[in-house]
Amino acid sequence: MEAKKTMHAPKLHRFRASSVPRTRFATTEHPAVRWLLTGITVTFLTVFLLFPLFTVFHEAFSRGMEMYLASFDDRFIRHSIKLTLMTAAIAVPLNLIFGIAAAWAVTKFDFRGKSLLVTVIDLPFSVSPVIAGFVFILIFGAHGYLGPWVEKAGIQIVFAFPGIVLATTFGTVPFIARELIPLMEAQGRDEEYAAMTLGASGWRTFFKVTLPNVKWGLFYGVILCNARAMGEFGGVEVVSGSISGRTNTMTLQIQQLYFDYATVPAFAVASVLAFLALVTLILKNALEWWSHR
Amino acid sequence: MVEAASYRFLSPPRKRQDAASTSPRCNDQETISMSPIPTLLRSLPHSARPPKPNRRVLPGFGLTLGFAVAYLGLIVLIPLAGVFLRASGMTWEEFWTITTSRSVVATYKITFGVSLAAAVTNAVFGLIAAWVLVRYRFPGKRIFDGIVDLPFALPTAVAGIALTTIYAETGFLGQFFYAWGIETAYSRIGIYIALTFIGLPFVIRCLQPVLEDLDKEVEEASATLGAGRWQTYRRIIFPAILPAWLTGFSLAYARAVGEYGSVIFISGNMPFRTEITPLIIVKYLEQYQFAEATAVAAVMLVASFIILLFINILQRWSESFGKARS
Repeated sequence: MEAKKTMHAPKLHRFRASSVPRTRFATTEHPAVRWLLTGITVTFLTVFLLFPLFTVFHEAFSRGMEMYLASFDDRFIRHSIKLTLMTAAIAVPLNLIFGIAAAWAVTKFDFRGKSLLVTVIDLPFSVSPVIAGFVFILIFGAHGYLGPWVEKAGIQIVFAFPGIVLATTFGTVPFIARELIPLMEAQGRDEEYAAMTLGASGWRTFFKVTLPNVKWGLFYGVILCNARAMGEFGGVEVVSGSISGRTNTMTLQIQQLYFDYATVPAFAVASVLAFLALVTLILKNALEWWSHR
Repeated sequence: MVEAASYRFLSPPRKRQDAASTSPRCNDQETISMSPIPTLLRSLPHSARPPKPNRRVLPGFGLTLGFAVAYLGLIVLIPLAGVFLRASGMTWEEFWTITTSRSVVATYKITFGVSLAAAVTNAVFGLIAAWVLVRYRFPGKRIFDGIVDLPFALPTAVAGIALTTIYAETGFLGQFFYAWGIETAYSRIGIYIALTFIGLPFVIRCLQPVLEDLDKEVEEASATLGAGRWQTYRRIIFPAILPAWLTGFSLAYARAVGEYGSVIFISGNMPFRTEITPLIIVKYLEQYQFAEATAVAAVMLVASFIILLFINILQRWSESFGKARS
């Protein structure tokens, strides 16, 4: 049809004029549709993401800066911050070592069951956090498999610090490994082979060749793992028993304050964690921008 | 790269990953040897191949794999196995009575039903958002793109109290809903809002790389051949993004089913009305009803395994899809 039209010179002009809008929108949408879709996206992301983030800081500072700062002048809140920092200080390095070991094994060697291993690394991500705490009660609790043995040894794991660390570690297992594996996969093995051929030891190869290649990805993995470890809630609630001043982490303290209608202190503690989340996001975007350059 | 990396386990595998995991031997030989013999060997059946000398050139295989497996075993697998071991100590009848009791079934309906609604919402809006973020330019795009990961980094308890404050009767958005007679807080709608928040990044982050990789030329060809815009969506774009879309949907669903922290603040936790399954496990534990807690936990675990299996099948599918296309 259209080809025929072009053959008639007088009709050529009309054909062109009418076909301009058609070709303009052949591989994109009509401006009205674009506006609509952009509007939906901006509204959706604003309502679901920006509003909650804004609310945290708005509520925390709703009674002014003084009240905000006074919130942290509380023994229980200080203890919860200390406990959260101590938990992350153990869980993150453990998962860092695991992440590096798992990534080295998965990306530098070929073996049977590799995809199974990768699936198991992801497992804690899809298991409910409540179950992450529950499993350690089943093992170390009073009626647990190792309960009597633990009691005899005089160690308290459930309703105490070790249990909190275990539940947090469980929940944050995948994050560093999952950051490293695709990066190291993309780097390939040639540089390591070259280093070995030139006589470097295994450790030297890792520190001088592998690590510099993935250091920023690893850094982001650690930051993300840390944010998740500090924000761990369900598992820790189950395993810790939420004893204020003893086993309350920051998130548990937030829960307690909120249910006690202490809104400002609850949001003040929450604002610290929200700030940490923001730093994590900014860092991720900065690294992305930097690596795309 | 970082974006690809952080969401690698959420998104369909990339080609490199794919090459290494599906044909590891071929990959290794290509890097080490230049001779054409390996190509020949590859066509032979597995048993006919001679053993390859010193395939593991780099050191540390035993150490790293051993440590990784031991660590996963101690921290993840043995504890999870404990649930099933404890559950297997029950009689089948006992297990069945607990897991199908009226109060527990009510929580399944809420958890799995509301999670489905939230995941569907995320699938629809996530598709639109991913399309807009990849294809269009608008002011503030970088900020909106960067903030998508917020539910991933923000602690669930913080999200929970923030959402409850917004949607409560006196809240910023809640006041409008309540004026219309819609109870947004302490209701199933509240659970739906929290679960939508939690699952928000998955569909968007799964779709973005696929949409970016989509060849504009294919769309141009389609338009040149006379296809309308709808036809191009239906026949060209949609089939290409379908596996990633479904993966994102399933991940959002899996995450929503297990979610606890954000929901307990906004749901009000009323038995039979707004009580989710993870919460009933916590309640059983608080009352020292370990058998009940174990049985329900086992059901939840099996549900997450099934969803995880489904996600793995989807990823295989998208892998083979990528191969067929290239």
